[in-house]
Amino acid sequence: MLWLVASGFAAAGLGPWLHKAAPRAAAWLLALVPLGITLRLAWMLPDVASGEIGIERSRWVEPLGVALGFRADGLSVLFALLIAGIGTLIVLYGGSYLKGHERLGRFQGAILGFMASMLGVALADDLLLLFVFWELTSFWSFLLIGFESDRKEARTAALMALLVTAAGGMALLVGLLLLGSAAGAWSLSAILESPEVLQGHPHLPWIVGLVLVGAFTKSAQVPFHFWLPRAMEAPTPVSAYLHSSTMVKAGVYLVARLSPVFAGVAAWTWTVTAVGLVTAVVGSAMALGQSDLKRVLAYSTVGALGVMTALLGIGTEEAAQAALAYFLAHALYKGSLFLVAGAIDHETGERDVRKLGGLLAAMPITAACGILAAASMAGLPPLFGFVAKETWLEAALHAPSAAAVLVAASFATGTMFVTAAWIAGVSPFAGRRTATPRTPHDPGLAMAVGAIVLAAGGLVAGLWPGLVDGPLLTAAVSSVSGEWTQVELELWHGVRPPLLLGAAALAVGTLLHFRPRPLAALAGRLSRAAHFGPEAAYTRAVELLNRTASAQTRVLQSGYLRRYVRIMLATAIVGVSWALLEVDWRGALSGVRPPRPHEAAVGILMLGAVLAAVLPASLVFSIVGVGVVGYLVALVFLLFGAPDLAITLVLVETLTVILLVLVLPKLPAIHGAVRRGRRLQDAAFALASGAMLTFALLAALKIPRSTAVRDAMLSLAVPEGHGRNVVNVVLVDFRSLDTLGEICVLGIAGVGVYALLRLRPKRGELP
Amino acid sequence: MTSSLLRSATALVHPLLLLLSVFLLVRGHDEPGGGFAGGLVAASAFVLQALAFGPERVRRSMAINPQRLVGIGLLIAAASGLPGAIEGKPFLGSLWIEAEVPVLGRVALGTPLLFDLGVYATVVGMVVLVVLLLEEARR
Repeated sequence: MLWLVASGFAAAGLGPWLHKAAPRAAAWLLALVPLGITLRLAWMLPDVASGEIGIERSRWVEPLGVALGFRADGLSVLFALLIAGIGTLIVLYGGSYLKGHERLGRFQGAILGFMASMLGVALADDLLLLFVFWELTSFWSFLLIGFESDRKEARTAALMALLVTAAGGMALLVGLLLLGSAAGAWSLSAILESPEVLQGHPHLPWIVGLVLVGAFTKSAQVPFHFWLPRAMEAPTPVSAYLHSSTMVKAGVYLVARLSPVFAGVAAWTWTVTAVGLVTAVVGSAMALGQSDLKRVLAYSTVGALGVMTALLGIGTEEAAQAALAYFLAHALYKGSLFLVAGAIDHETGERDVRKLGGLLAAMPITAACGILAAASMAGLPPLFGFVAKETWLEAALHAPSAAAVLVAASFATGTMFVTAAWIAGVSPFAGRRTATPRTPHDPGLAMAVGAIVLAAGGLVAGLWPGLVDGPLLTAAVSSVSGEWTQVELELWHGVRPPLLLGAAALAVGTLLHFRPRPLAALAGRLSRAAHFGPEAAYTRAVELLNRTASAQTRVLQSGYLRRYVRIMLATAIVGVSWALLEVDWRGALSGVRPPRPHEAAVGILMLGAVLAAVLPASLVFSIVGVGVVGYLVALVFLLFGAPDLAITLVLVETLTVILLVLVLPKLPAIHGAVRRGRRLQDAAFALASGAMLTFALLAALKIPRSTAVRDAMLSLAVPEGHGRNVVNVVLVDFRSLDTLGEICVLGIAGVGVYALLRLRPKRGELP
Repeated sequence: MTSSLLRSATALVHPLLLLLSVFLLVRGHDEPGGGFAGGLVAASAFVLQALAFGPERVRRSMAINPQRLVGIGLLIAAASGLPGAIEGKPFLGSLWIEAEVPVLGRVALGTPLLFDLGVYATVVGMVVLVVLLLEEARR
């Protein structure tokens, strides 16, 4: 399984290059990778479906007990199949949709990178591995939403999605860490095998809360839902893949995965169900007021995610069955609807539902897919959406508590889904043909195959549910409910309450579509309420953050070097002096012996050089004075037996003086123009820092030191280090990692200087 | 600064300094010296050349881009850690081979020497980069 995920990343890296090499075939070639992954997963399916769980572990961070663990059970393989399968279709679709775009290669690369990360989320067994992949999906999503980076709306939307999901991700990290330490195990398999460990644990409410925040931000539950409709700024392949079928389902997946662990925890079940219900109703309601085709689909996705979440919260086996059936049904119909919407947008140039109509004749294949998918969304037999909806309503009716609320909310949501299905899937094709910027026709094979496969999938699964209930859903539901649950779905259950409710919802929904007046009022009220909603809160929070950052930067980063130096020195002086107050000064000073004659001579020379550097004279004189001080320090090193240091310091000092002479005379001549007061302040700072260092060193000399490390280095230098110069042996052998870091810093400094001196934008250009 | 005295002196001293830098690099393990000292001496040689003859001459005589030299140095230093990792030691664990060389006797060669070479290259590259940029900005 590690190879499956890794191959996805490898393909992602290959994408841009392949596109440069073979632009026309690239999409088809790249699609082979997800296709291969899908087939491999399908090959795993028979074993997984009969209840086998495949676990792979490889070493990663041994000391912390973190491993590269992967788990293939019903739930993960179901999700992974959706990810890889739909991924194949999207790579083909994207190649066609963005044909001719200069960054198409990078786009495909990002899609594949996302797919690999998403597979990682689905298949990960280790908690921290799951988190890493989770955050990676947020990263790819950011890049993909902001793909058209020259548009401000795209950038804002990408940032919004990133901030919300990443903030949730941080909560998730803390939650997972608490979970791991509470359960004493870092792998999901271990935690799932013995969930009793967590019962009554004091951290349990925190774990539940944090993990749920993570899941809800990713799955766009209220109040974190606002980023999803905004994410529609992304190109349609992205919306179809990330924001309807896969990434947003990750939160639902996590809730499903952890359900057996938290099933008995009241906080979990109530929160999950309540949030899910609110999201279902609010999301689907807000869909109806939208005029942009993709926004209708986005909000109804929010609603559907709410339905799945609420169902997972109910906790019964029936509810788990319904949740996963809807998981599958939604991926099929929503993916198809998005691809259809993209086709409409691409071929007609229009995305406003009020201005679309009568496209049936011009785009028959697209229309067929759209209508099939819409029928599935509305819950019409014989589509799989109908089967899923029946199961959903059954679960709601048989819920152990609050059944009435659940049924009422389900009815309302179902009704609104019907209306949304009309708006997005049927009305663009029905009625009279409207004028559109481009002349519509059916898209080519690459773009059509996705919608066809997904819509047909909904039909086939509906007609023959036996194809999905055994192979796909049984093992998955068993993972969620914790015990083996045989799932059997049928198209026709007989005339029972779910069927009647479904029919009623269909009727009301259709009515609402054709008599939209009450709807318009509701939509108006909702959008006015949105001014105070979570999206407004987000926008205001970001503005506040920016304003605070600017203010703080204005104060601390004023651009005056003198101020920076003073702040740093003052902080250091205050901090160190505070610590030095505790030192026994009599003891410290008693150990200092008077200097020998040659040492004293060096000291006096140094004083002379310092005065020469500091007293006002020419700039070059000052630089040379500083250089002389450096040479004298090197002499001190020699006197005290550190030849390597002395060599290096002499060389560095020479080069520094040369550099300073090259640079400083170019600066405006401020040397003579400085006020007396400021010079005195500078002198005070200088003397204070000098004194601070002196006293700190004196105090440090008195600290009892152990010679263990020094002795070890000295004794190991020749036998293990093959060198008699201990300093060098330590630098390049024993402590070479530190030295590697230091030369990296050198490299970075070099890059910085290069950037400052060479990469200056010409007048008027952006940097 | 185009005094002919400086130029003639530089022409003589430049190759000597480079030789000295290699000497310092190789002797560093047993006597004072090492990658940093050697790199700085080599860099000083090129700085001297830049002061006497100008930055274009230095770029020609160095034949390699100083930025690239920095990168190569970092690469060599990091790569010197891999043989140890392949042999099961931690990254940057040292590997030594001892060989009998005809004139020099028993010689020990190891990955730390490669590392030192990487340090040398990085230091030379970085200092020459900065000095050349400043010299060119000055003119």
